Amino acid sequence: MTKQEVYLDNSATTRPYPGVVRAVVEAMEEYYGNPSSLHRKGVEAGRLLSRAREAVAASLGADPGQIVFTGGGTEAINLAIKGTPPGRKGRHVITTAVEHPAVLNACAQLKEQGIEVTVLPVDGQGVVDPQQLRSALRDDTYLVSVMYVNNEVGAVQPLDEIAGVLADFRRAGHRPVWHVDAVQAYGKLPTRPGELGVDLLSVSAHKAHGPKGVGALYVAPRTRLQPLLAGGGQENGWRSGTENTPGITGFGAAAAEITRQGPEGAQRLFALKKRLVEGILAAVPGAVLNGPPCEQGNPRCAPHIANLSFPGLRGEILLHWLEGQGVYVSTGSACASRKNPGSHVLKAMGVKGEQLEGAIRFSLSALNTAEEIDYAVEQTVAAVRELYALYK
Amino acid sequence: MYNTYMIRYGEIGLKGKNRPAFERRLMGNISRALGMGFARVQRVYGRILVESDADPARIIGKLSKVFGIVGISPALRLPLTEQAICDGALAVLKDAAARVQMAVGEPLTFKVEARRSNKQFPRTSPEINGLVGAYLLDNFPGLQVDVHTPRIKVRVEIREQNAFVYADDIPGVGGLPVGASGKALLLLSGGIDSPVAGWMAMKRGIEIEAVHFHSFPFTGEKSLEKVRDLCRILTGYTAQITLHVVHFTDIQKEIQRSCPEELRVTIMRRMMFRLAARIAEDAGALALVTGESVGQVASQTLESMRVINQVIDIPVLRPLVGMDKHEIISRAKVIGTYETSVLPYEDCCTLFLPKHPATRPRPDQVLEAEKALDVEDLLAGALERTVAENIKQ
Repeated sequence: MTKQEVYLDNSATTRPYPGVVRAVVEAMEEYYGNPSSLHRKGVEAGRLLSRAREAVAASLGADPGQIVFTGGGTEAINLAIKGTPPGRKGRHVITTAVEHPAVLNACAQLKEQGIEVTVLPVDGQGVVDPQQLRSALRDDTYLVSVMYVNNEVGAVQPLDEIAGVLADFRRAGHRPVWHVDAVQAYGKLPTRPGELGVDLLSVSAHKAHGPKGVGALYVAPRTRLQPLLAGGGQENGWRSGTENTPGITGFGAAAAEITRQGPEGAQRLFALKKRLVEGILAAVPGAVLNGPPCEQGNPRCAPHIANLSFPGLRGEILLHWLEGQGVYVSTGSACASRKNPGSHVLKAMGVKGEQLEGAIRFSLSALNTAEEIDYAVEQTVAAVRELYALYK
Repeated sequence: MYNTYMIRYGEIGLKGKNRPAFERRLMGNISRALGMGFARVQRVYGRILVESDADPARIIGKLSKVFGIVGISPALRLPLTEQAICDGALAVLKDAAARVQMAVGEPLTFKVEARRSNKQFPRTSPEINGLVGAYLLDNFPGLQVDVHTPRIKVRVEIREQNAFVYADDIPGVGGLPVGASGKALLLLSGGIDSPVAGWMAMKRGIEIEAVHFHSFPFTGEKSLEKVRDLCRILTGYTAQITLHVVHFTDIQKEIQRSCPEELRVTIMRRMMFRLAARIAEDAGALALVTGESVGQVASQTLESMRVINQVIDIPVLRPLVGMDKHEIISRAKVIGTYETSVLPYEDCCTLFLPKHPATRPRPDQVLEAEKALDVEDLLAGALERTVAENIKQ
């Protein structure tokens, strides 16, 4: 097969849909007014904004009034975690060891302000045990933040069981706020906060073929939230600053596509992932899949992220090797050295040594094809064989 | 307010018959650093005068990176009248006084130091001192004369066309003008040492080109970009740097396949030196410059250096040999390369690093091991895929 370009780093960012690009350009060229302005230009921009809000809300099964647009997933997460007031008795937050740095570092900031943070461990597949959450809950727990899909290994957390644990806790008279970082689930798995019983849920546009620098926080009715930014009171006062109309419009276009594709997209993605994982595991003895087994019907396995270790190799070198062949992947972390001690997610799963150093992540999107996957498998297998030969 | 910069150069002044060549080189480098058209550069009585209306902070920032400059004095160029000189002196004094740090209650002391090279001017230097000093005392409250250790020295120079008044003497970076000592080729890795070595060579007036050994896919695009950034930082001290990027992967793979583990680093360094020597010859470079410092790593023992050096007959300058790591790091911080050097993108070619590299390789051992390689063929292959890039500020 001739050399081609296969983009398998979709958990880092996705390629925008052509319709998204068109929507952004149109918003910049035609609808450049400030949505807060009183004149016609402002009204037009405002209309664009509400249409995008409706599209994003629809993709989440929510009401438009529950959507706060932010400057990306990280900002949505920060608003959720730092904007949730501890209340009178609250001084305890629970999260997990495999969260994105946006969650972990926001919690670290809370810690500096005197909040106690419990970090739940995960099992060897990167999955949290809801019973651990049950025993970690305390009278003064005011916030629980558990991600939906892990960005490095694609472990899907048992959100319905967690919802059950939290429902029991609420029945006992407690009012903890539940935040879910759904950045990696959005557009791949059903992401309907209302059905899950989630209070706050953050998503990002560019992980789902939208533009970068725009995200959203779903805020359930009657959820208390304090803004992080002081300003003109846009977005219901929760996120001041002139709305990024072009970005939000592009987000709306991507959200509409998510709604249109429905759950079939996930099936197709999963088939591609299975093809990739099985192709590599069959050809490379010693290769290991990190994370939940890639099996049909395994609810813990996300359809689009596959993290594989090639013990004895450095993930970063394999990454560059594949890059030379036009295949773009990522390492769970930068190259394992003294400065970069390796992925916190894999370490939390108990992965060590050569398996930790030799990990790379393939992440798929709706734009990938079976031919691309076959090419990626072929190139990975060839690269690994050649590298193994050099080591000896 | 300043529009003229008086530039002093130390070492060049001692160069005897070659002095004009050094001066011309320095003037050329100054013009290049400031950008054509933004400044007029001229030579007067052992000084260089730069005239520019651009922002003084920017001009001084650029001048303080030009090798060969020992001191920079922002000055006012004035007509040859007593009133203009007095007013100019007052303005300079006020400006300098605003920047002097003094203890509470400490008086602001000053002295005037006039030099008259234009003997047509009707006042002698001591007369000018008295005249200007009196004017400043009258017009600046709280001022006191101190002829021995004044806080501010207001200097007045009476020249053919103009008078110049200045107070500050901002230290320059010193050394010799880049290019005055010929050209050398710097072996530039992404680390802390080699950029400093290149800077030290440039300080002695050496123009540098750089060579980087790139081992894609063992090192990625980001590590190459880091090397380009380091070059770009060094171009703050010279006009531009040609960076030769050598495709080193095939050689590394071949060494890995065919050579004994403990000698791999030695042989790799020998291949790098051979390639560098050939690139240097083509580029008209008279020496190699490396960031080696005796005893730092296995390839930097005297035994290793000797064996590595044996493959070439071009001089190798190792400016860091007298510095320890701590000194190198603080110099890198001053130069501005440190923050870039410590970015974590270079470790990955340690893939081939043996567990126990030989620290005392013997020449016969290495020659024997190299028989497994088709050295000429490998060199030719790497040189063919070498790309020269022109790095500018």
